[in-house]
Amino acid sequence: MTAQVATSSPRRPWGLIAASLVAVALAAIPVVHLVVRVASADPAELAAVFERPRIPMLVGNSVMLAASVTATAIALGVPSAFLLARTRLRWRGFWAVLAALPLAMPSYLAAYGWLAWQPSMKGFWAAWLVLSFVSVPYVTLPVAAALRIGGTGLDDVARTLGRGPLGSFMLGTWPQIRPAVLAGGLLVALYTLSDFGGVALFRFPVLTTAIQQAYSASFSRDEAAVLAVLLVSLALLIVVGEQFARGRAARRIQAAPSAGRRRMTPLGRWAVPAMTLLVLVPVIAVVVPVAVLVSRVLTAETLRAFDPANLASAIGNTVLLSAGGAVVAVALALPIGVLAARHRGRLVRAVESTGYLALGLPGIVVGLSLVFFSLSVVPALYQTALVLAFGYGVLFMPKAIGSIRAATGQVPTSLEDVSRTLGNSRARTWMTVTARLARPGIFAAAMLAAVSAMKELPATLMLRPTGTDTLAVELWQRTDVSAYGAAAPYAVALLLVAAVPAFLLSDARAGREATREAIAPDTQAGREANREVIA
Amino acid sequence: MRAHRGIALATTGLAAALALTGCATDPAAEEGTLTVYIGRDEALVGPLIERFEEESGIDVEARYAATPELAALLLEEGDRTPAQVFLSQDAGALGALADAGLEATIPAELADLIPDGFTSQDDSWIGVTGRARVIAYDGEQLAEADVPDTVDALTGEEWKGEVAFAPGNASFQAFVTALRVLEGEDAAAEWVAGMAANDPELTENNLATLDLVNNGQVQLGLINHYYWYRQAAEVGADNMRAQLKFLPGDPGGIVNVTGAAILKNAADDPEARAFVEFLVSEEAQRYFVEETFEYPLLPGIDAPEGLPALESLVNPGLDLSDLESVGESQRLLADNGLI
Repeated sequence: MTAQVATSSPRRPWGLIAASLVAVALAAIPVVHLVVRVASADPAELAAVFERPRIPMLVGNSVMLAASVTATAIALGVPSAFLLARTRLRWRGFWAVLAALPLAMPSYLAAYGWLAWQPSMKGFWAAWLVLSFVSVPYVTLPVAAALRIGGTGLDDVARTLGRGPLGSFMLGTWPQIRPAVLAGGLLVALYTLSDFGGVALFRFPVLTTAIQQAYSASFSRDEAAVLAVLLVSLALLIVVGEQFARGRAARRIQAAPSAGRRRMTPLGRWAVPAMTLLVLVPVIAVVVPVAVLVSRVLTAETLRAFDPANLASAIGNTVLLSAGGAVVAVALALPIGVLAARHRGRLVRAVESTGYLALGLPGIVVGLSLVFFSLSVVPALYQTALVLAFGYGVLFMPKAIGSIRAATGQVPTSLEDVSRTLGNSRARTWMTVTARLARPGIFAAAMLAAVSAMKELPATLMLRPTGTDTLAVELWQRTDVSAYGAAAPYAVALLLVAAVPAFLLSDARAGREATREAIAPDTQAGREANREVIA
Repeated sequence: MRAHRGIALATTGLAAALALTGCATDPAAEEGTLTVYIGRDEALVGPLIERFEEESGIDVEARYAATPELAALLLEEGDRTPAQVFLSQDAGALGALADAGLEATIPAELADLIPDGFTSQDDSWIGVTGRARVIAYDGEQLAEADVPDTVDALTGEEWKGEVAFAPGNASFQAFVTALRVLEGEDAAAEWVAGMAANDPELTENNLATLDLVNNGQVQLGLINHYYWYRQAAEVGADNMRAQLKFLPGDPGGIVNVTGAAILKNAADDPEARAFVEFLVSEEAQRYFVEETFEYPLLPGIDAPEGLPALESLVNPGLDLSDLESVGESQRLLADNGLI
């Protein structure tokens, strides 16, 4: 139970540890709620759930989908990031925004659009296609940022010693981006495990669809909780695995100092395949499904009355609620991210991994746990915007942790030491030095939480104030009556609104790169910054 | 200054969230308002709620979500729920809430309006509309005469890979229960095993099942009748590739009901009572007939045009209380790997 201080701080940062524990306790509400429910359930009933012949198949499907989607997102995201950060690409800004765009696309909307066009799509391959392409930015964005900081000096040395282009990349650059790849892959894997909308539309049975069935047919929350505990166990394995792999990667980075020089590769005859890759991802994730839905508006037999005032209020609610959710997510993630960036030890690892777990749970499970929590603790706030924003914070805090950890890690501890020597308190130093320099990263964390909150549906249905509709809720109400035509305006509005934080994320990357280079061209802190960017 | 913008945005968001909270009040505490959880589509039920508000002067706070989510929500909320009335898409959810002791008794003068067999036996909830289980078939590949009159035939080789249904859906499971009651446990077990072995297309819900038939992916789908009418209203009946076959007298053709319950904390609430009374009034029952193509449960109101009479679908051997053994039906489906 000790947090060993790795860097400059001479004492244990009790304040920071306390704040992290509070944050992690709030983030653990869904998991605790599940465990309590399972512990108090009838053991015979629980055993019956495990004895079902279908359970091994469901677990297998969940694992297979998470693994294949993560592998595909990495396989497409790393080359995309390389093109954006290391090649002489024309219209770089345009491509950067395009690469971030799939972040704005909810999986259920992408699946819905594809199905409207190709009704025969179903099962593993359909779910794999849509989830993979929608998830690629989770890898592209942090890896591109890591590539922008790192150098190619070591690659060049390898080249002069006779290695081929790929071999020298693996030797020089790969160790620098590996932590970012792992962090992005972690988010993709957890996102895939917890996704319900996309897999359900393609009729691919996994644990989340079984959880939904437990609620919908047997109205058995115990049965749902057992399945959710199974899901959380898988998430825990993935989180711990990523931490283990990251720990090894960190040691390797220190063994291989990154050289400051960065060579930009001319594309030459690779220009066309490169642009094909950069176009392919947003086309499959966004353009095809949206185009199909919009074309349905034009061909619909009868158009249900479209109410612009209704759309406007849904947009307003979506923006306000997701902004509130982003504030909460960042507030919860800050102590955890700072702790993870500056300190090591078993406690730090435990805090960080617990922070990630909620991301592996479907929204309906998290929503119900927060229903219970808010009714028990703050009944006066139940079904208010505050509780919903808090719910978004708990759900999407994991997406903010990595970005904050990386941004804090990039601030040289020597600057903090100077501030402390000048007599500033630890808190004041953090506010005036660390937070100021890490601000772009904190902003990116907020944007990532906001874009996720805008797309969220199941927890929103549980927690929203009665009568308050978000774009996702309006969209759900229209897809439920098989009305492709009526859904389209809301689908387009959701995409446009969510594209704003996605756009800022692609932009924020470039801004952060400038900050980082200004303060830490080739310091220990600069290498620390390689560890993770958005995750 | 990007960072300043971020902080400004964050502050605005927080302030706005607080402002939104300020607007929210506890509806249960107010006179003249009513909080209803509605497990049906807003597009279909919304206009009816507006009529009720106009006629009664009562403000309705309507919370829309799917029935399973609302049932889970109500179970989690327990007696702390702000809801006074729950309007449910199926009887199973109402039964689960009754089992948890969360429902108040429906006043006898209302409960007696709906004939036995279409409402709860202990008046813990009241039946509002009926939906028939039907076979949806691909009208391009099949004529009505090709479609079996009984679900028993669906385990045959000629339908291998051609039947879609939603095994996790409450109304499908009610049908399996009816099958067990009417044809016996052995026959039902044989049917479920036969279906599981006949390469069925498993879906998440009735609507997805209907879409498969409408797209020609499968030839037959087991659904509730009114999904077809909803879709026909959207795309035009002439454009519907799927057609319906009713199965009078067959377990596969039973009628499921939607219903409403007054929640315990609103047992003596006049607004809650007024709302339930409105749901089984002639006006509301006619609305369901005309707008959602469901069977009215109030005697004296005609069924939607073109549908077989409700009486012809009712199975004399089946009592609604028989359908309570849905747990055993789920075990049967689970053992055969369907759920």
